[in-house]
Amino acid sequence: MGKLAKFRRNRFASVFVLFFALGLVSIGFTGVNNLVTPAVAKIGNEATLVDKGSALFAEGCSSCHGLNGQGTSDGPTLAGVGAASVHFQVSSGRMPMAAPGAQVERKKPSYNEEETLALAAYVATFGPGPAIPSEEEVNMWINASVAEGGELYRTNCAQCHNFAGSGGALTNGKYAPSLKEATPLQIYEAMITGPQSMPIFSDKTLTPESKAAIIRYIQELNKSENPGGLALGRLGPVTEGLFLWTVGLGALIVVAVWIGARVR
Amino acid sequence: MTNNFDINNTFDPDKENQAPKVSKEVATKLPTPAKGVDHYLRRTDTDPRAAKRAERQVAALFGSSSLFTLIFLVSFVAIPRELKISVPFIGITSAQNLVLGVSFGLAILLIGIGAIHWAKKLMPDVEMVQERKEMKPADAVQEEALDAFRVGATESGVGSRKLIRRTLLGALAMFPLPFVVMLRDLGPAPKGELSKTVWKEDLHIVTDITYAKIRPEDIPVGNLISAMPENILEIQEEDHNLNERGKAAILLVRMRPEDIKSQQGPDWDYQGILAFSKICTHAGCPIALYEQRSHHLLCPCHQSTFDLADSGEPIFGPGARRLPQLAITVDAEGYLVARQGFQEPVGPSFWERGA
Repeated sequence: MGKLAKFRRNRFASVFVLFFALGLVSIGFTGVNNLVTPAVAKIGNEATLVDKGSALFAEGCSSCHGLNGQGTSDGPTLAGVGAASVHFQVSSGRMPMAAPGAQVERKKPSYNEEETLALAAYVATFGPGPAIPSEEEVNMWINASVAEGGELYRTNCAQCHNFAGSGGALTNGKYAPSLKEATPLQIYEAMITGPQSMPIFSDKTLTPESKAAIIRYIQELNKSENPGGLALGRLGPVTEGLFLWTVGLGALIVVAVWIGARVR
Repeated sequence: MTNNFDINNTFDPDKENQAPKVSKEVATKLPTPAKGVDHYLRRTDTDPRAAKRAERQVAALFGSSSLFTLIFLVSFVAIPRELKISVPFIGITSAQNLVLGVSFGLAILLIGIGAIHWAKKLMPDVEMVQERKEMKPADAVQEEALDAFRVGATESGVGSRKLIRRTLLGALAMFPLPFVVMLRDLGPAPKGELSKTVWKEDLHIVTDITYAKIRPEDIPVGNLISAMPENILEIQEEDHNLNERGKAAILLVRMRPEDIKSQQGPDWDYQGILAFSKICTHAGCPIALYEQRSHHLLCPCHQSTFDLADSGEPIFGPGARRLPQLAITVDAEGYLVARQGFQEPVGPSFWERGA
């Protein structure tokens, strides 16, 4: 029997073939996906930010949001969403959207920071909306109070984003995302624009000082340690119970079977 | 592997490979194989080298257990308590905690595994049948117990002295009653406090934690505010507890007036700003998972979902009653105030509440 013929009869052969085929398909898909990702337009330095944004918008956004951002059946109008909303959605990779669904997910951004700012500047011309917060406003978090931030976070944010910023489920497949990867600027923008299901926390009712404290608290959460060991996603008793009932009890069953097994 | 079981059940505990020699007296007490049950010989029964290997394995397991105990003792002293290390899957954690836990766990686990390995590979593994003991005691024992009972009954005269018998039964029946009555002392019976909150006419609505008065023009559509009555801190101070805070917590949301399908009273909103109790009507969890697009409010405890655009009616989950709405308006200076107190009790249902 040849080596190949021998391998074909191996009981792992089908598993191997399956994974090989899956690998091929995924490599192929990635290739195609790269082809259809909008090529970033080359624009000369002399173009203003808005002109540059206009060109990028026409190429990457207008198929869903309409040529003038008026909205189509595939995407909402962008009039009045403001620059902060655009910067949040594009810099967190949520826009352009990969596929329609209950929730738009965070992914690697398709545009660099300069292009994102250009898009934001262009969309801001559609109608007045929240502007991108200044560097000063965002960086206020560095000197903000963690304790105050914790109190505000637990009152205003923890209900959806979880006590440790791990996110949580909403209705009908929607969810509040984890805050692990969100930058201070993105957290600020999310609070003033209310992306997707999230409500708005306007600067008048949750002051920039309070926002800074919340951001500081989230930064502390993200770098905090797990002195108790495996954190299991910091989701609380549900994952811990699931872990014990499946892994813990599973291990006990394996041991029980081993104790009772007949020795040869 | 040809000789690993014998069909004729000729297992002999005195065979040479049954390692240690024992005295005749002990040998008779060793378990003997049951008749009529097939017995399979283990490799350690037939191959002395396999038995020796198993012995070494058990010894190695016990030996490593001692090693881990030593590691525990050493790390208890040697690893500084403040030392933090980064471990895959766990993240940054205390080095001492980790080593103490792992070594202690392995020390006891290895003793257990060693003992079972020993029992399975080397101890006799004959099949035994143990007959069930008869439940009925011997006649003589039964007779003796009955006699003792009869003697006792006669001596005490419980059969003839009816008065004593009846008062004793009465006393025994009465005695547990205090335990039932003492339940009344679990706490004062609630009076009106389950039905009332501190909200009343013209009380300012302030943001929770920062306690700032709120102007309606500061609330854009889609905004969410966790709010409190302005005097909540003083009341807390006076009561020395958080009961009133727990009941008075409200949510303010603003939606487009045309999105509001119904309210609990005529024009209880102020220009699309609605105020609802923050306390779930199912089990009393604070509830603020507001989806600004669907106007649904989801309770994190048991997934009760309320439609704030439709009088706060429950649309999913165990919550059966709507979230009470607070009628609001603005005062002369343009700050949001309550127009009246809650018209129904907030929070979970209770016995006296009725429907």
